Amino acid sequence: MSETTISQQEVAHVASLAKLAFNDSDLKQFTTQLDSILNIFETLGEVNTEDVEPTYSVTENVNHLREDVADNWHQKQALLKNAPLEAADLIKVPAILDGEGE
Amino acid sequence: MTINFFDNDLTSLHEQLINKDITAVDLAQSTLDNIDKTDDKLNAFITTNPEEALVQAKKIDEQSDFTNILSGLPVALKDNLATNGIQTTGASRILENFKPVYDATVVDKLNTVGAISVGKTNMDEFAMGGSTETSYYKTTTNAWDQTKVPGGSSGGSAAAVAGGLVPFALGSDTGGSIRQPAAFNGIVGLKPTYGRVSRWGLFAMASSLDQVGPFTRTVKDNALVLNTIAGFDAKDSTSSTREVPDFTSKLTGDVKGLKIAVPKEYFGEGIDPKVAKTVKAAIAQLEALGAIVDEVSLPHTKYGVAAYYIIMSSEASSNLQRYDGVRYGFRADDVKNLEDLYIKTRSEGFGDEVKRRIMLGTFSLSAGAYDAFFKKAAKIRTLLIEDFNKVFADYDVIVGPTAPTVAYGLGEEIDDPTAMYLADVLTIPVNLAGLPGLSVNAGFVDGLPVGLQIIGKPFDEATVYQTGYAFEQASRLFEQLPDIAKQY
Repeated sequence: MSETTISQQEVAHVASLAKLAFNDSDLKQFTTQLDSILNIFETLGEVNTEDVEPTYSVTENVNHLREDVADNWHQKQALLKNAPLEAADLIKVPAILDGEGE
Repeated sequence: MTINFFDNDLTSLHEQLINKDITAVDLAQSTLDNIDKTDDKLNAFITTNPEEALVQAKKIDEQSDFTNILSGLPVALKDNLATNGIQTTGASRILENFKPVYDATVVDKLNTVGAISVGKTNMDEFAMGGSTETSYYKTTTNAWDQTKVPGGSSGGSAAAVAGGLVPFALGSDTGGSIRQPAAFNGIVGLKPTYGRVSRWGLFAMASSLDQVGPFTRTVKDNALVLNTIAGFDAKDSTSSTREVPDFTSKLTGDVKGLKIAVPKEYFGEGIDPKVAKTVKAAIAQLEALGAIVDEVSLPHTKYGVAAYYIIMSSEASSNLQRYDGVRYGFRADDVKNLEDLYIKTRSEGFGDEVKRRIMLGTFSLSAGAYDAFFKKAAKIRTLLIEDFNKVFADYDVIVGPTAPTVAYGLGEEIDDPTAMYLADVLTIPVNLAGLPGLSVNAGFVDGLPVGLQIIGKPFDEATVYQTGYAFEQASRLFEQLPDIAKQY
């Protein structure tokens, strides 16, 4: 195998961007696995793509525009039923800062 | 009375309903009986809704309007298709107990014509996997051998059809998730052209690649289901405004003069020689029927896996940001603050494969890696599309194997993500190029089905079906049944 593409420290950084947390042994395993997958990704470097345009979508459509009219919005109670925690007809979440209780 | 779905195709069931030889309630009850008899072995379903199915079937019988071919017929739906009021998990813990407040467009279309949804099928978590083993809920088995994987990610839908539990099912295909399980279970599965079927209400994994498609036992059945689910949808801006043809129009059995391309790269390294031999024999049969067969080259095939896993994981990492424990699904306990809620919910709610792909995608899109990974992959995607365009300038369809191997043992591959990814080499170029791809049974290796993949030009599903139908009718492999059929 070639030299490592990604370090454990970088994997921890990516995890924080993705809002994921790993314990030490998982972090180690993910680093090994991601490194071997990134090695496959790096084979793309063999291909000269200098004058090639990227393709981000294969749809033939441009944009579908519709009238700016409110539609299908009156479902608050149905939607709230799926919320893990609700209070006063709103979804309840913990405080943004530590220690700010109820 | 119990109706056997092995002996009755959709047309036969439809005619019996019209003639009142059977009722929609008979069909729904037969499906529920089938599930009772065999789903403890196959584990195809995460959720079943027997009461609602029977109520719905009774309603259809009372209306007695069997205009559409699917009216009154039972269907199984992959658990990443939103069903109003019925638990839809995507096989993830993070959506435990989630009940959508709307139906996916394809579900709505089936409901409108009176198809009866009997339940939600198991899958890899958020459709990430090729064996249905990354499901949080259960392990589905192969209809032909219950020690083998059913393939994935739509393994539950494939096993439910191949095991004779339901006459048809829907799945989704981002990199092979309909075609490969169809191949592993010896049935017919189509990934339609990108834009042919609405994605609205399909849990987004990689939005530029995802398509919904049918699983059936025969090619004609498959075309009939596509007739109903295809078409423009104002709720999906990538769905096509093109007219929907009758996809059964070319099912004559005739392929005389049809120009078939066989890419040499599809028989290269990593393809099981027995699989290659079976597929080559199937191609020879098409040639014997009068098709013109030539070897061609799709030179960038070997870069497909890398390009796909960068693009798919990048899109998925963005799409899966919505799962944060705030509005629906699982929420972690004992959190200090909102940030902690996000992190703990996602870390406890997602399985390892989903985390791996979120990590790969987040990395590929990150500032230092964007050009070398995400943008590079998008350029390789262009080259893969150009490969196909060159071949399609001279040929009607491209054929080869669907998967490099037959179904492998449960637990055998799951700990080696790299090997799992490389096994998608034959199906993912089709998604990257947005083409239609069909898998039909090509024969058996050691008692397990082998898939013949037929790839068509954009929006030319009719010719893909024409090719598959000609082979199917000549080989009549669909008459061979798995042992599990003896349980009915």
